[in-house]
Amino acid sequence: MTHQMMSSFLSVKMRIQAWFFYSILFFLTGCEMAPLNNPYREVPPGVSVLYSSFAERPKHLDPAKAYSSNEYTFIAQIYEPPLQYHYLKRPYQLIPLTATEMPTVTYYNQQGQVIDGKDAGQVAYSDYLIRIKPGIQFQPHPAFSRDEQGRFLYHHLNAEQLDATDALDDFEQRGSRELVAEDYVYQIKRLAYPKIQSPIAGVMRNYIAGFAAFANAMKDQPITTLKAMPLEGVKATGRYQYRIRIKGKYPQFKFWLAMPFFAPMPWEADAFYAQPGLIDKNITLDWYPVGTGPYYLTENNPNRRMVLTKNPHFHDEFYPRTGEAGDKQNGLLADAGKKLPFIDRVVYVLEKENIPYWNKFLQGYYDASGIASDSFDQAVQFTGAGDARLTPMMREKGIQLQTAVTTSVFYLGFNMLDKVVGGYSEQKQKLRQAISIALNYEEYIAIFMNGRGMPAQGVLPPGIYGYQDGRAGIDPFVYDWVAGKPKRKSIAVAKRLMAEAGYPNGIDPATGEALTLYFDTASASVDERSRMNWFRKQFARLGIKLIIRATDYNRFQQKMRQGSGQLFTWGWNADYPDPENFFFLLYGPNSKVKNGGENAVNYENPEYDRLFEIMRNMDNGPERLAIIQQMQHILRRDAPWVFGVNPKSFSLFHSWYKNIKPNLMANNRLKYTRIEPDLRTQKRYQWNQPVFWPLLLIAAVLAIAVYPAVRAYRRRLQETII
Amino acid sequence: MIQYIIRRVAYAIPLLLAVNILTFILFFVVNSPDDMARMQLGQKHVTEQAINNWKHQHGYDLPLLWNAEKSGLEKLRQTIFYQKSIGLFLFDFGISDSGRNIGHDISERMWPSLALALPSLIVGLLVNITVALMMVLFRNSYLEFGTIVLCVILMSISSLFYIIGGQFVFGKLLKLVPISGYDSGLSAIKFLLLPIIISVISGLGSGARWYRTLFLEEVEKDYVRTARAKGLSEVQVLFRHVLRNAMIPILTGVVVVLPLLFMGSLIMESFFSIPGLGSYTIDAINRQDFAIVRSMVFLGSVLYILGLLMTDISYTLVDPRVRLS
Repeated sequence: MTHQMMSSFLSVKMRIQAWFFYSILFFLTGCEMAPLNNPYREVPPGVSVLYSSFAERPKHLDPAKAYSSNEYTFIAQIYEPPLQYHYLKRPYQLIPLTATEMPTVTYYNQQGQVIDGKDAGQVAYSDYLIRIKPGIQFQPHPAFSRDEQGRFLYHHLNAEQLDATDALDDFEQRGSRELVAEDYVYQIKRLAYPKIQSPIAGVMRNYIAGFAAFANAMKDQPITTLKAMPLEGVKATGRYQYRIRIKGKYPQFKFWLAMPFFAPMPWEADAFYAQPGLIDKNITLDWYPVGTGPYYLTENNPNRRMVLTKNPHFHDEFYPRTGEAGDKQNGLLADAGKKLPFIDRVVYVLEKENIPYWNKFLQGYYDASGIASDSFDQAVQFTGAGDARLTPMMREKGIQLQTAVTTSVFYLGFNMLDKVVGGYSEQKQKLRQAISIALNYEEYIAIFMNGRGMPAQGVLPPGIYGYQDGRAGIDPFVYDWVAGKPKRKSIAVAKRLMAEAGYPNGIDPATGEALTLYFDTASASVDERSRMNWFRKQFARLGIKLIIRATDYNRFQQKMRQGSGQLFTWGWNADYPDPENFFFLLYGPNSKVKNGGENAVNYENPEYDRLFEIMRNMDNGPERLAIIQQMQHILRRDAPWVFGVNPKSFSLFHSWYKNIKPNLMANNRLKYTRIEPDLRTQKRYQWNQPVFWPLLLIAAVLAIAVYPAVRAYRRRLQETII
Repeated sequence: MIQYIIRRVAYAIPLLLAVNILTFILFFVVNSPDDMARMQLGQKHVTEQAINNWKHQHGYDLPLLWNAEKSGLEKLRQTIFYQKSIGLFLFDFGISDSGRNIGHDISERMWPSLALALPSLIVGLLVNITVALMMVLFRNSYLEFGTIVLCVILMSISSLFYIIGGQFVFGKLLKLVPISGYDSGLSAIKFLLLPIIISVISGLGSGARWYRTLFLEEVEKDYVRTARAKGLSEVQVLFRHVLRNAMIPILTGVVVVLPLLFMGSLIMESFFSIPGLGSYTIDAINRQDFAIVRSMVFLGSVLYILGLLMTDISYTLVDPRVRLS
């Protein structure tokens, strides 16, 4: 081999080596490749998919049974009641959904004459006449499938068909039909049907005429007879029109008409699902809904994932053209007038643990996220003025933060039947007021809620009619208005009130020792210990000894029902944006001990009850507002609750998530959501490039560690005795 | 052997009955049918009538163990215990209190559990045995010492740390595998890789040390010395002779857990969102779903008894000296 040939050979060899080296280096570090950590399958181009999660499987998807927020997440996209909340306008405003216009309400007196209804006492019945839009179709479903003779294909399944069925997808034919008023009537009958066990049956029997009688008559009847049996107060008066007769005047009923309880149900669905054999395969109406909404459930594996797909039969509905001031500037009207929904498929993945959920959100595999306490500091920081803003890391990723004070209240309740903390004398009022001052909920929110809440000033949370901001809205027994904001009264004031209540320095004159109070809780976990210690410390500031009685949930409930608790914490989320939905929690006849109602503190004040009865039947206006303020004052004075916290919700959305506006009443927000899938794909590629070199490093370290031993072993094998 | 198996199955029946009674009593000491109804019906607007209605619908309006109002056998049969238990012995788990078919749920959820547990067991076994044999091969060297120290460190770390650490390193930092999730068929592999690796590593410390002890015990025996004297290399001695003779305790230890693999792993499945049976029981306890609790306890007992039986049988297979009588 000549020198030239040699050098040429070496040069080729070196080039190959260099190419190999750089290829490896490129592969290990720099090349742009599809993310390996993508937990989803490829989506065809042009298909818009939203990825979300759920932490706990929903118990029910039957609109007659479902009542929790995690159930509404799904069914509110599938079922359509006649009314809905306007997505953008505030205060919350009801608008027609499947109805052509808002219900026409006619009031009748005892003689059956039409009256104006201004005097609620005169109203014997209220008729709600609802007209629905023609041409609305149900989602594709085997329950509607018919053969050429018009007979239902799957209403009488034989053993062979059942054997061949494992899931709803196994039914080849899927039909549909037009939504008619009778479907709404049928659903109200389902609410009354005892075997379905609707949670609002107890409430509705007080309002809908003939509801209780219908429930009694249907007690032992099969569900297939439901359609034929008439319900006195609910009747279809035409193909697209039905009437609901309400006993007396109940203005809040219109809010119920925006809840999935009053969504239509085709009788065919019950006839189909009632077949024996299907329930053994977990094919039930509770798991496979049948609605008219923008989406329908195409995959339901509540232990893994649930998938909503755009309903091909969805009627025309358009993104709102108007909102409130600022919506246009915030880009919330960019899609005005466009046909809904925007997203083709929504994939909900079961994610029980916060850590993987949060990390997947940061990798772009979930489009939106809440913020768990563990991740809060990573996501949010507070400015000097107390405003929440995203951390630089979040801003760099283009993540958007949305906050809203929820229409909820969490309070500490005094059992008003208790000899020590209950009662209505001035002394008892002062004892409760003193405790209200001493419980520093500003501190509580800072320590336990990462600042995500505001101290409640009364029963009503923000967003509910009657809530007042500013000086007029503070609880004057607990706060002073100082420098333009509420300031909690000093502990000295609380101690003075304690002395006036007969417990100077917290000493109980009956025993000569510190007053002992008992706090009942169903939270016995280690995590709750610090919270309980906080309560202990707050009471100790008044010289009160607080004993925590932690028990399990069942025993706690039992104590509440029997009235043997003394202090406890409880909460309420609004069903609808009306003050009645909060004030009823303290209405005497709703006492938990006496009547099993929602008045957990068993508060009974005749004046308050009288005002409540007037207020609940009034339309919003200055007169109603004045009564609400009177009621708030009574409650602040009597202090049956320490008005604890109105929590704030913090949500994060990626930059490709559009049309974000908090709406705490509407559960059907999904149809307004739009995403930009191309931007998401680009970001996912950018954020999820795999890193290989540490694996090589580990392999190299292992090899280096093992090599001397292997050599020593080989040497030992080759050693000879002589 | 057939007779032995029949006898063991016959012994299992009173055992299962006792487990069933115990589960029943413990459950209803803590939860009354009223509590269960309240849990199922939710928080808001729950009336006494709704509770009574729920109990009637689900068969919880009967006395617990003894119906004094009935006569003859009906005193026993018209009780919650009888109505809810008799199907179990026919492996008919019935419908859960939340309305789902339990047998269907179990059959659906056991496969993901098995997809995680079986490879974890096999790979873990192979790795543990290999590392243990390596330690024996390099005994009295720095490698053995280092591996023992590593094993002790691995044993001292909580399994939760492995999971969170594994997700952080391989899923978040290196971005090599999905942090959590699951898919059907072969697509499940990329989701199972990390949990299997974590299972193997978290079990390596104790497993390798245990097998090392077994191998060291064998290595000192006469037949090993004879094998060495024949001129076999140390590797041949270990793999041909030591491993084979140490298989008896290894095999029996593995066989006993085989049936329980169906039951899944609570923490692993929860963190990796694997839709297995791991959390089925604990979720049911939290929801006070007695129908699922009793079914899963019953199934667990059956599988445990089956595991013990299989262990006894496996003795005869790996050691011809053992005879079942």
